[in-house]
Amino acid sequence: MFRNAFLQALREIRRNLMRSLLTAVGIVIGIASVIAMVNIGKGASKSITQSVEQLGSNTLYITPGQRRGPGTRGVIEKPFKEKDLETIRSSVYALNVISPVESAYMTVIYKEQNYRTSIRGVENEYLQAQNWNLAEGRAFEKNELRTGQNVCILGQSVISNLSLDPKSIIGNKIRLKNFSCEVIGVLEVKGANTFGADQDDVVLVPFSLFQRRIGGSDNIHLMMAAVKENVPLELAKTQIERVLRERRNIEKEDEDNFQVRSMTALLDTISQVTTVLTVMLGAVAAISLIVGGIGIMNIMLVSVTERTREIGIRMAVGAMAKDILVQFLIESIVLSGLGGIVGIAAGMLITFGVATWLDIALVIDPFITMIALIFSMVIGIVFGIIPARKAANMNPIDALRYE
Amino acid sequence: MISLKKISKIYGSGDAASTVLHEIDLEIREGEFVAIMGPSGSGKSTLLNILGTLDVPSRGQYAFLDTEIGSLSPDQRALFRRSLLGFIFQGYNLLKKTTSIENVEMPLIYQGIDSKTRREMAIEALKEVGLEDRLSYDPGQLSGGQQQRVAIARAMVTRPRILIADEPTGNLDTKRGHEIMELIRNFNQQGITVIMVTHEDDIAAYASRTIYLRDGVIEKEVNHVS
Ligand SMILES: Nc1ncnc2c1ncn2[C@@H]1O[C@H](COP(=O)(O)OP(=O)(O)O)[C@@H](O)[C@H]1O
Ligand SMILES: [Mg+2]
Repeated sequence: MFRNAFLQALREIRRNLMRSLLTAVGIVIGIASVIAMVNIGKGASKSITQSVEQLGSNTLYITPGQRRGPGTRGVIEKPFKEKDLETIRSSVYALNVISPVESAYMTVIYKEQNYRTSIRGVENEYLQAQNWNLAEGRAFEKNELRTGQNVCILGQSVISNLSLDPKSIIGNKIRLKNFSCEVIGVLEVKGANTFGADQDDVVLVPFSLFQRRIGGSDNIHLMMAAVKENVPLELAKTQIERVLRERRNIEKEDEDNFQVRSMTALLDTISQVTTVLTVMLGAVAAISLIVGGIGIMNIMLVSVTERTREIGIRMAVGAMAKDILVQFLIESIVLSGLGGIVGIAAGMLITFGVATWLDIALVIDPFITMIALIFSMVIGIVFGIIPARKAANMNPIDALRYE
Repeated sequence: MISLKKISKIYGSGDAASTVLHEIDLEIREGEFVAIMGPSGSGKSTLLNILGTLDVPSRGQYAFLDTEIGSLSPDQRALFRRSLLGFIFQGYNLLKKTTSIENVEMPLIYQGIDSKTRREMAIEALKEVGLEDRLSYDPGQLSGGQQQRVAIARAMVTRPRILIADEPTGNLDTKRGHEIMELIRNFNQQGITVIMVTHEDDIAAYASRTIYLRDGVIEKEVNHVS
C-alpha cells in the first residue's frame, strides 16, 4: 500500500509540477538555511580552533588578579615579581620555557621617520615559546637582559614601514620616545594571528629595560609559558598554581589571586559564542520551515478540494478512509521530503560557496543532514494531516456528486 | 440475493424534509439484469446509490445474502464494494490525466494485488472491451464511448458479483450506447447481476426485468421474456 501511495504521490506531484515546486520552495529555503548555517558555523569554529591551536595550544598565560566574576570589579591586583618568575622557571619541570611579557604602544623614530608600533619587553624564552626565529642578527645576551641594556629586535612590519634594509640596520640606533636602542636583530615574518592582528608589528626589548624605561616599576603583569611536549596542559597548570599559591601565601580555603589560562579556555568561549549564534540562526530557519509547512498545508487543502471527485471514485471502488488518508499524507510527506532533499543540496552548495569565499573549513555535518531530512518529512506529516483527514472523512456519494 | 424492505430516503429535516424514496420493497436474484426507469427526479439514482452502499437509507432494511448492510461501518461498506461491486456512471468518472491502464488498475491496488498481476489483469480487461490499442491513452484522448468502455473494464476487472450502472449510455449516441449495452449483456451472461438506471426504452430492453419508479415509489414491474 505504501509503495503504491508513494508512486501515486510522485505521479501527482509531477502532474502539478509548477505548483508543487512553488509549494516546496518554503521548505527548500528553510532546510537550505538550516544546513548552510549549521555547517558554516561549524566550519568557522573549526577554522578558529585550528588557527588558535597553531598559535600555541601548549602556551599558558599567567596573570595576577582573581577570575572575573560579578562584584570583583576594582579589586586591586597584586602583580608578580622577578622572584616569582625565577621560582617557576627553576621548579616547574612541566614547563619548557617561561618569559615575562609587557607591552606598550609607542612611536619609533629612525632618521626623519616615525612609526607607531607595539614595544614589547620580553626575554629570549618568549621567542622560543612563540617558535619565532630571527631573520638577521642575534637574540638578547644574558647581561643585556640582566642589566636592561638599550638593545632591540625589530619585527618585519616595522622594517618595512620605516623602509629599512634588514641587513644594514643591524648595529644602528633607533629612538623610542625617551631613549634610544641599538638594533641587534630582525625577526622572521610571522603574519597575522587568528584575530587578524599583524604579529610582525612589534619591537622587542629586554624585559628589564622595559620595566625601567617604560613600565616604571619592577612589576610583572603577564608571564607566558610553553609546556613541554607530551606534558598535559593541566599538569603544568596545577604545578604553577601550587608554586604561586605558596609564594603568595594563599590559605587553603582562599581562592587564587592569579590566573593560569590557556588558549583552549579561549576556544571554549569562542565555541560558546558560535553555539549561541548557531542556535539563534537555527531558530530563524525553523520559523521559515513552519511557514513552509503552512504553505504545504494550504496547497494540500486546495488539492483535496480539487480532487474531491477522484476521492469519490476511489471510495466507490473500495478505498477505505485510511487508504485515502495514507494517500494524501504520503503525498504531503513526499512533497516536503523532496523539498528537504533539494534544500539539503542547496544548503550544501551555499556552505561550499561561503566556505570558499571566507576561506574557512568546509564542514558537512552528516547528523544535521539526517535531522533536516527527517524534520522536513515530519513537517509533511504535521501539516499534511489536516488535509488528509479532510479527504478521508468525505462521504462517497457527496464526493462523487461534487462538480 | 438482494432484499430491500421498506427502504426510505429523506433529505433534510423538519419543514424542509423531502422524502425521495417511500418504503421501497425489492428483491433481486443472482444473475438478474434489472433496469430501473422513471422520470427525472423520481429517485432512481438515490435507490441505485443505496444498493451500491455509496449512500445509506434513512429507514428500512437492506440485506445482501445474509449480511445486513445497515449494520456495516463505512469501512466495512468500502470492503463490500471492493470485493463484490462494480460501478459505471453516466459521466464515466475516470481519473483525469491517468492512462486507461492505470484507471483500470486502480481498484486492484486496493485489493492488494501485486503490480505485475495488476497490469496483466488490466490489459486483459481492456482487451475484453476492445481497447487493447488504447492502453496508454488519457481519458482526454478518448471518445465518450471509449471512456465508458474503460469505465466498464475498471468495473469488471475485479470480477464483481454485481454491476451497478447509472445511465451508462446517457451521454452516448444510439450506436455507441448499444455497443456499451452489448458489453454489459455479455457480462450479465457470464453470471454477473446487473442493476441499471436508464430512461431509454431500447436500453431497458436489454434487461430481464424493468422497475418503474415515480415519486419515490415503485409504480410497476415488467418482466421480459427473451
Ligand atoms: N443530497 C441531496 N439533498 C437533497 N436532495 C437531494 C439530494 N440528492 C438528491 N436529492 C433529490 O432527490 C430527488 C431524487 O434524485 P435522484 O435520485 O438523483 O433522481 P433521478 O436519478 O431519478 O433523476 C431529486 O428531487 C433531488 O433533488
Ligand atoms: Mg439520476
